[in-house]
Amino acid sequence: MTTTEPLPTETEAEHPALAIDGLEMSYIVRGTPRAVLRDVSFEVRAGEAYGLVGESGCGKSTTAYAALRYLPGNGRIDAGRVESGGQELTAMSGRELREFRAQRASMVFQDPVQAVNPVLKIGKQVAEAFKVMGQSNSEAHASALAALKRVRIAAPESVMDRYPHQLSGGMLQRVVIAMALACEPTLLVLDEPTTGLDATVEAEVLDLVRDLRSELNSAILLIAHNLGVIRTMCDRVGVMYAGRIVEEGTVDEVFDNPSHPYTKGLLNSIPRRGLRKTDRELFAIPGSAPPIGASLPTCTYIDRCPIATEICRTDVPPIVDRSDGHWTRCHHADRISDVPEPQEVTVEYNVGTEQVIGVDGVSKTFRQRGNDIPALVSVDLGFAEGETLGLVGESGSGKSTLAKTMLGVHAADEGGAITLRGRQMAGKATARVEESVRAISMVFQNPDSALNRSWTVRRILHRSVVKLTGVKGAAANKRVEEIATAMQLSPRHLDMRPRQLSGGLKQRVAIARAFAGDPEVVVCDEPTSALDVSVQAAILNLLAGLQNEERTSYLFISHDIGVVRYLADRIAVMYLGRIMEIGSTATMFNGTNHPYTEALLSAVPSVDGIAEARIPLMGAIPSPANPPPGCVFHTRCHRAIEGLCEVTEPEMVELSAGHSIKCHLSVEQLNESVHIDPSAVLAVAIDVPLT
Amino acid sequence: MSETSDLPNGEPARSVGERSLVTSERSAKNQIRREQFRVLYRSPGFIFGVLIVGFWVFAALWPSLLTSDGPKEFVEAGPRVKPGSEAWLGTNKTGWDVYARIIYGARPILIVAPIATAMAVIVGTMLGLVMGYYRGWADEVLSRVIEAILSIPIILMAILVVFTFGRSTPVIIGTIAVLFVPAITRTIRSAAIAESNLDYVMSAKMRGESGLFIVSREILPNVTGLVVVELTVRLGYAVFTYATLAFLGFVGSNITDADWGIDVSQNYEQIVRDIWWPSIFPAIAIASLVIGVNLIADSIDKALKS
Repeated sequence: MTTTEPLPTETEAEHPALAIDGLEMSYIVRGTPRAVLRDVSFEVRAGEAYGLVGESGCGKSTTAYAALRYLPGNGRIDAGRVESGGQELTAMSGRELREFRAQRASMVFQDPVQAVNPVLKIGKQVAEAFKVMGQSNSEAHASALAALKRVRIAAPESVMDRYPHQLSGGMLQRVVIAMALACEPTLLVLDEPTTGLDATVEAEVLDLVRDLRSELNSAILLIAHNLGVIRTMCDRVGVMYAGRIVEEGTVDEVFDNPSHPYTKGLLNSIPRRGLRKTDRELFAIPGSAPPIGASLPTCTYIDRCPIATEICRTDVPPIVDRSDGHWTRCHHADRISDVPEPQEVTVEYNVGTEQVIGVDGVSKTFRQRGNDIPALVSVDLGFAEGETLGLVGESGSGKSTLAKTMLGVHAADEGGAITLRGRQMAGKATARVEESVRAISMVFQNPDSALNRSWTVRRILHRSVVKLTGVKGAAANKRVEEIATAMQLSPRHLDMRPRQLSGGLKQRVAIARAFAGDPEVVVCDEPTSALDVSVQAAILNLLAGLQNEERTSYLFISHDIGVVRYLADRIAVMYLGRIMEIGSTATMFNGTNHPYTEALLSAVPSVDGIAEARIPLMGAIPSPANPPPGCVFHTRCHRAIEGLCEVTEPEMVELSAGHSIKCHLSVEQLNESVHIDPSAVLAVAIDVPLT
Repeated sequence: MSETSDLPNGEPARSVGERSLVTSERSAKNQIRREQFRVLYRSPGFIFGVLIVGFWVFAALWPSLLTSDGPKEFVEAGPRVKPGSEAWLGTNKTGWDVYARIIYGARPILIVAPIATAMAVIVGTMLGLVMGYYRGWADEVLSRVIEAILSIPIILMAILVVFTFGRSTPVIIGTIAVLFVPAITRTIRSAAIAESNLDYVMSAKMRGESGLFIVSREILPNVTGLVVVELTVRLGYAVFTYATLAFLGFVGSNITDADWGIDVSQNYEQIVRDIWWPSIFPAIAIASLVIGVNLIADSIDKALKS
């Protein structure tokens, strides 16, 4: 079909799979070109995994797309070259480029659901990837089957006949990877391949990619904002800031011995090595990242850098070699130790003894098309004054339903009770007395959705103050200013609208609003998951500080175990609407765990690079409409006892004071080590019912 | 979506004290708005649309400044004169100047169409917001009613109504307004549903706000961009509908009145006798106004989305 000769293998060996050299790019927004990439250069060799990290808007994804010259209509390459195996992409014709993308390069996107066609069967879509390569229908079908086997899908024949909506997110991402590998690419670009997935599914996908790396000789370019993912997956890493790579080296060198103030700031801002709020504050990088197109003639990080001097403003920083292959773009690489360390915390966190809010035997059943769906099953929780209760679990485990039931968005089933200082509250918020409405407030996951974008910050806060406390006039204005100050918002922010604020500032406004009525409990539903890590640090510090002053209790919902560990005094683990384990943070991380907790904890990719034996979870979380009999977790449990767990539902057993688990196994049995080969589990048959 | 909200009504309160504040966020915000306006002002479609519509508005307001002849004045040239130096768009069979009649004919259409559209947008927005926020059985019933109305051809409905209630200007305005309400309601309703699913609405419910407050203060300001677009788009349709009704003879009390639609209907039969100018020129006037309004609508939509 095509006359293009495949390149001789010796040139492949000579040339890196991807070489980006001095790439400058801009986007044209409302008629003006805005710089996004500034002199980006790096190489990915065959068989190597190269990671790009950085905060949102730093140009990671643009670089990924540029690697395949796959740019949006308003993107423009101003200078520089992109080469793959010695061929220059920037000079290719449309047809050559098509050929290149079909035969030699592949990309995996963030959301697998959007990457597949919902109306075509999986088999047909995977086969299409092979047909593009010139295979006949029957050949392509056979190849598709083999491709699905290769990504460890156990019953590939049955998966071929399914539609995308019948597969779980992790399964779909594996299908997408299978398609990406169809052409045996020399270059595989993964753009945040696990960002939308649960931690357990993320671990599953990462395991697969790691496994495949040994089979393939592809060069991998992995884009991720999660430092842990990069650390566990890549050989070398480039740290990007405002469209420029500021530091590059092997992952161990860069993460253990950071040499750029930005890298150091990033690493200090995440809770690592089991850090707790009682140990020290998190380091929040001051200021915010420059918008795309900002004029940054010298060092891009200058405005936020703690060790910047006059020279940083006048001269472009040189590339300073630190060790073999590890360099940093900084004038003061030798003064990196001058970057201030985060403050030690001296305050005591006192948790009161009196229970403020109690959740006693609360169940919530939704009715859908005549079926009862038990979203919460007799949940017992209690909050002491000034306590943070962390709530973890996969999506679909009922975390948000619990939060909404507490807030009175929907009423709990008959029988359970939500109490405020011992007195029962009405189910619906509209039926609650004013005091109860004030007592519980919420911080939402996404501040863009949580704040009315046509209101000013002042109006948002003022309305909550007036409505919740009944204070009016000058007193209300004064209160608004007080709360704003407590959230470290400056008075000028008050007259702005949400879209004028950065993500972190928006979340501060949302927190300010939650505190407007002087609540007893604030429900924080993933309050930092939409934020970058450096901003997350500031928000976590703020929450910890506020709690200490206001003696507020938090229900802190998060999928990020590190964050929960940092902030929470106690942790509850939910699965299918049931609390499977609850205990103090210390016991949860050092003691015996419920098998589900054990699997959850082992799924987290660690920035510290300490490899732990991962306990994979088999299959997807069952539908709450049809929970498994006996212990709801037995279908995915690696320690399940046949004949017991699938028959009898275990009771909550108290292992030590305040630490309970819902499991049949004894402490001794739970402490026995188990080893499961991850690839064996990846191959477990799917059990999504064909509906 | 988030960027569409506050362009159209530049709140006067903010501009005064704010100039002095030189903060990056502030200027970034103003910059977005400035750039949106710049995109608008620079788009040829917008300029062209404003010129066309501006001309007709001027004609409706001060017709005597654009022509020395009256709409029912017998000009010297006599009847059925071709376009040329004596009468530059010609004269009709009665001997009236076609150009003068077109200039004077701008007024009725530019009275009816904007008023009808404004009324339709006001009612449609209120209905759409309430239905989209409350949902429930009332929404179900009204949605079916809307679908029923939308399934009947607009002109047919208009003819029926005008035939029943008379052809006075208020009836025409009311008819067009009522006929446009369903489409506007449906657009605003879907936007209101999307807004109601956002967390700020849940937050308002949790602090015990009334439904009226949530609809009028929380949701409405966030759909104003859409309302403006809807207003301009519907205006084009209203011009069109009015002209059609006039052509069909359901408008006005006198067929000698200067009105584009009436003029087309009174003169189109003569096209076969090669006297095309008394009907084609008013038809071009109608088309130009519709196109002008649509050009403005498109440009505003595009600028808000940029």
